[in-house]
Amino acid sequence: MPKWAEVVLVPLISLILAAILSALVILGIGEDPVAAVKLMVTGALGSTYGWGYTLYYATNFMFTGLCVAIAFHARLFNIGGEGQAMLGGLGVALACLYIPWPHWSLALIGATTMAALFGAAWAAIPAFLQAKRGSHIVITTIMFNFIAAAVLNYILVNMLRPKGSMDPATARFPDATNLPTLHDLLAPIGINFSKAAPANISLLVAIAACFFLWVLIWRTRLGYEIRAYGHSESAAKYAGISPVKITMITMIISGGLAGMMAINNVMGESERLVLNATEGAGFIGIAVALMGRSHPLGVFLAAILFGFLYQGGAELALWTSIPRELIVVIQALVILFTGALDNMVRMPLEKIFLSIRNARAPKPERKPVEPAE
Amino acid sequence: MDYMTLIQLLDSTVRLATPLLLACLAGLFSERAGIFDIGLDGKMLAAAFFSAAIAALYGNVWLGLLAGIAASLALSLLHGLASITFRGNQLISGVAINFLAAGLTVLIAQDWFQQGGRTPSLIGGARFNPITLPFADAVEPVPFIGPLYAELISGHSILVYAAFAAVPLTWWLLYRTRFGLRLRAVGENPAAVDTAGVSVIGLRYAAVCICGVLCGIAGAYLSTALQAGFIKDMSAGRGYIALAALIFAKWRPWYALWATLLFGLFGALETRPDVIEALIGVKVQGQLLGALPYVMTVIILAGFVGKAIPPRAGGEPYVKER
Repeated sequence: MPKWAEVVLVPLISLILAAILSALVILGIGEDPVAAVKLMVTGALGSTYGWGYTLYYATNFMFTGLCVAIAFHARLFNIGGEGQAMLGGLGVALACLYIPWPHWSLALIGATTMAALFGAAWAAIPAFLQAKRGSHIVITTIMFNFIAAAVLNYILVNMLRPKGSMDPATARFPDATNLPTLHDLLAPIGINFSKAAPANISLLVAIAACFFLWVLIWRTRLGYEIRAYGHSESAAKYAGISPVKITMITMIISGGLAGMMAINNVMGESERLVLNATEGAGFIGIAVALMGRSHPLGVFLAAILFGFLYQGGAELALWTSIPRELIVVIQALVILFTGALDNMVRMPLEKIFLSIRNARAPKPERKPVEPAE
Repeated sequence: MDYMTLIQLLDSTVRLATPLLLACLAGLFSERAGIFDIGLDGKMLAAAFFSAAIAALYGNVWLGLLAGIAASLALSLLHGLASITFRGNQLISGVAINFLAAGLTVLIAQDWFQQGGRTPSLIGGARFNPITLPFADAVEPVPFIGPLYAELISGHSILVYAAFAAVPLTWWLLYRTRFGLRLRAVGENPAAVDTAGVSVIGLRYAAVCICGVLCGIAGAYLSTALQAGFIKDMSAGRGYIALAALIFAKWRPWYALWATLLFGLFGALETRPDVIEALIGVKVQGQLLGALPYVMTVIILAGFVGKAIPPRAGGEPYVKER
């Protein structure tokens, strides 16, 4: 199969299949899919307010998508992005609450570091157990999601909650740590971006992370080792690549990326740490990474698509009787078609391309067989 | 802690362990045949919704149970299609099924009942009601044994007894029948089964279907026996706890019973903080207790307490020729 078909055609067909089924679901609950799409487009992309939310969600999904993607390259399935992002939130909260930052730019650097450290630490334990003790990383990361939720709940209720508050959340972060929104960033160059939308400078951090990950995976020695390990563990071992080292480093990067999501949702948007701040973004990262074929550019595009779906879905829930859970269904269908049923799309396509190539190529001349005498 | 408190605690342990036990046995069949299934939670959720919905619409809980099993079975077949026929990634398929169930149940519930993603409350014949075992009322005044029989053993719904009966049945099916031998073999070495002329695909589909039926019963129990109606996300991660119990039980049926009872006890203790305080003298936060099954599973997985070795061919699609 030619490369363009692999990169563009297969995901596109999977996406179309997911879209068709989603449309059938909307029809099934008695709503009009065309009207729904129109509403989603105007709601998510029709105003700078809509764009602000779309990009805000997309920022979350870029981080979690990259988190899953880098692990995929080493053939590790990190389902724990959710828990790692929760812990990242804790890191951000501690950094913002207990260090008197003079300026938001320093606070951003400090909080990003803390978020990445906390997320990475939470991913490092399952990574260590996989590398050294052979425990299946999928199961351990699932368990760590639940443990993270319990730990965070405990810490918020018993330690970080301000006195007299009933709400399981931290105090509001000091003003010096408030990140500039896209409104603040775009105003100097004359673009009037919505003030109310939560998209903030974290978007630029996320885009930078996409770029750095691309450099890491395809332009460095470590990236080569990660990919080699993902393709064939035995070959990588033979080439002197240590499975323990690659598993640990990959998962630490992966967890760090998931943790960094917290600068967007915790520091940029809510400006305090609340319970369930991640809102399932860690799981959407799986869909984003699968759809983006684990390539940073693909993840970037898929994250924006899911940001659009998320914001559009919120608008749908607001104006029609379609619940927000429609997005969960779409997300499931995308995971199903681009991930689990990949071969269902790929096998027929491969056959078609093979037959096209055979038809084009001149048939090899067959020597006439001499009749036996 | 007095005797009656203990009985009450054990009684709610049994109630909470039942769905875990059914889901755990479901996972056992699937994983023993080499198909990883992290979609247990989604299947339970779908079954919980459809059994409550059909029971609410027709007022008959048995119809509801059938609908729940059918819904769970449909998701199982989807999992089979993705992971057996199209040799896709079983873990990713499981994740997709969980989300599919989480989204579709609310979507359909909202469309059918307009109650914000829940079904109407079930009453009378639309629920599995507690069964009073024979002589339960007669022996109740007898000290010690009376309350044990009347409160703990008697007075559960039929699904609870079915779940406990499923344990020896599973053991017998897996270890004493030809089908069981083949099923275990297909999870360890599918090529050998194939060489013997037995269909790997057929066996794996059979395992996945049994898994679907058991998950269906587990889900129906949640919404028609444990509670009276479906609410959004009511499986509440029980499928994952069942998965944890399965690892804890090292993929064996009798161990699965003890593991799920243990995790059920944790669940029961979570609702009774006073009992824990009386027992160990320290106030334990409920949230931390809820995380205990997961922590214990990680410790088991890490191999610090015994070693949990999964079926060897688990997670890998079978390809006939290489």
